[in-house]
Amino acid sequence: MLRFALGRLLQAIPVLLIVISATFLLVHSAPGGPFSADKAVPPEVIRALEAQYNLDQPLWQQYLSYLGDVLQGDLGPSFKYSGRTVNELIAAGLPATAELALYAMLVALVIGVSAGVLAAIRPNTMQDYLPMSAAMLGICMPSFLLGPLLVLVFGIHLEWLPVSGWGDIPGDKVLPAITLGTGYAAYIARLSRGGMLEVLSQDYIRTARAKGLSEPLIIFKHALRGGLIPVVAFLGPAFAGLLGGSFVVETIFQIPGLGRFYVQAAFNRDYTMILGMTIFFAALITLFNLLSDMLALWLNPKLRQQGAGEH
Amino acid sequence: MDSQILSEEKGSSLWRDAWIKLSKNYLALFGLGLIVLLCVVSLLTPWIAPYGYEEQNLMLGATAPSLQHWLGTDIFGRDMLTRIMYGGRVSLTVGFIATAVALIIGVLWGAIAGFVGGRVDAVMMRIVDIMYALPFMIFIVLLMVVFGRNILLLFVAIGAVEWLTMARIVRSQVMNLRKQEFIEAAYSMGLSQWTIIRRHIIPNTLGPVIVYTTLTIPSVMLLEAFLSFLGLGIQPPQSSWGLLINYGVETMEEYPWLLIFPGITLSLTLFALNFLGDGLRDALDPRASKD
Repeated sequence: MLRFALGRLLQAIPVLLIVISATFLLVHSAPGGPFSADKAVPPEVIRALEAQYNLDQPLWQQYLSYLGDVLQGDLGPSFKYSGRTVNELIAAGLPATAELALYAMLVALVIGVSAGVLAAIRPNTMQDYLPMSAAMLGICMPSFLLGPLLVLVFGIHLEWLPVSGWGDIPGDKVLPAITLGTGYAAYIARLSRGGMLEVLSQDYIRTARAKGLSEPLIIFKHALRGGLIPVVAFLGPAFAGLLGGSFVVETIFQIPGLGRFYVQAAFNRDYTMILGMTIFFAALITLFNLLSDMLALWLNPKLRQQGAGEH
Repeated sequence: MDSQILSEEKGSSLWRDAWIKLSKNYLALFGLGLIVLLCVVSLLTPWIAPYGYEEQNLMLGATAPSLQHWLGTDIFGRDMLTRIMYGGRVSLTVGFIATAVALIIGVLWGAIAGFVGGRVDAVMMRIVDIMYALPFMIFIVLLMVVFGRNILLLFVAIGAVEWLTMARIVRSQVMNLRKQEFIEAAYSMGLSQWTIIRRHIIPNTLGPVIVYTTLTIPSVMLLEAFLSFLGLGIQPPQSSWGLLINYGVETMEEYPWLLIFPGITLSLTLFALNFLGDGLRDALDPRASKD
């Protein structure tokens, strides 16, 4: 287990190096310098700015010094907001995004797992068809459509919930969390249904039934652990998706989080900001993939042995 | 049983079985019908659209659905039905072309890795593993920012993201097939490598590839709509369903139909493609058709 984690951690290093190098090169090959503005700027001002951000040095030198900074945890200054660093902006946006992602994940897990388990207990009945049709609806209803529709119904027509902000008015976190969580609830419902169906047809469940254990005990104590492995393995990729989804949800609900900053940086062509945040996101996603793999490993003894054999 | 033997003699039993199975799945058939209809409408849009694409009527402004404008008009008095039809051309084109890009890269990559095996396979699949771990959604945003928002880049960028799973599916399929007895038997009968590929490997790999392709199209369309919604995908004067939804959100308090109709269209299309994909998976899975 520990060796597996260490091995995966070592694999993450080249991945992150590739991400840093690729994004750096990409951003620096962008047509038009970062300071090309609408109004003409005197050349000496541009030169001074370039010197301030080390842009007058050869590319490899810039790359090495940037790499050095990143390794020390310094993602550099923002091009557009002078005096602010990428680190500061990330620190400012991370709490809201993390909270949003956490709530969305809770919504997704609670709804998704219960729907999937209900469906798997009685396959091919209404108890199966209804939640699974709802799940399909959730998958086909992207967050940028669901969010505005929820706002329209619950915010504007019924006036039950606030439609924007984060932590200003009680209840303003409900709609964003549901908007972001619904799509994942749908995927998790399908995954947990599939996983549970497979587990419920296995011999050890039949043994448990033959022993006369009660159905809830069988489901919760014996089946759930194996049945939820696909869900756990999905959590890592889902987290990456949540970050992407937060772009949309934070924009719709005007939440001051990382996603909104990232989209704004994209529109402002704030290159250092995008570069820094991309690297930060990549590190975060790598970390969560690792965690979800380890959790899946811990839940599945069969894989654990294979993993031990490989490394 | 007799009919099965007969149909096997005709040599197309898998496909025929699949079609029979699919034709019993009404949801999948509905999906197929809707997709065909959408494709036909998109192809014919310039001739059958009720109004011109750029036709404005500023005096009219935004109106609710009526007999003249079935889905209403937007704030410039443009007919929504026409705009959704033209938007659909872009959305579907992105869906199909980006999927084709993913299909070509994924199938080639997976087939080569599966066939050659050994060290080449290990290296190629490691690359896929590594790319899986990359935050691609973010990369596409980055690409669109750095190189400007052009539609060709969008195809390539989305296609480059979506090929990974295809490569994995094709590889495992090819690997499995190579170990099967009937392939060994074909070799022992002296069939050439190319004949075996053509007669056995390709037909047996086709099923999962078709299924996954059908399921890739909606996810590609979703990605396009997502980018267009953020303003980083399709740019005006072109339009797509994602962009129409984006405009719809801006005015949804006063003119909700501008959000609802493009939204329904996009969701229905994704629905249809997903149902068709699920149906095809059930129909083409040889393990399922045995029992």
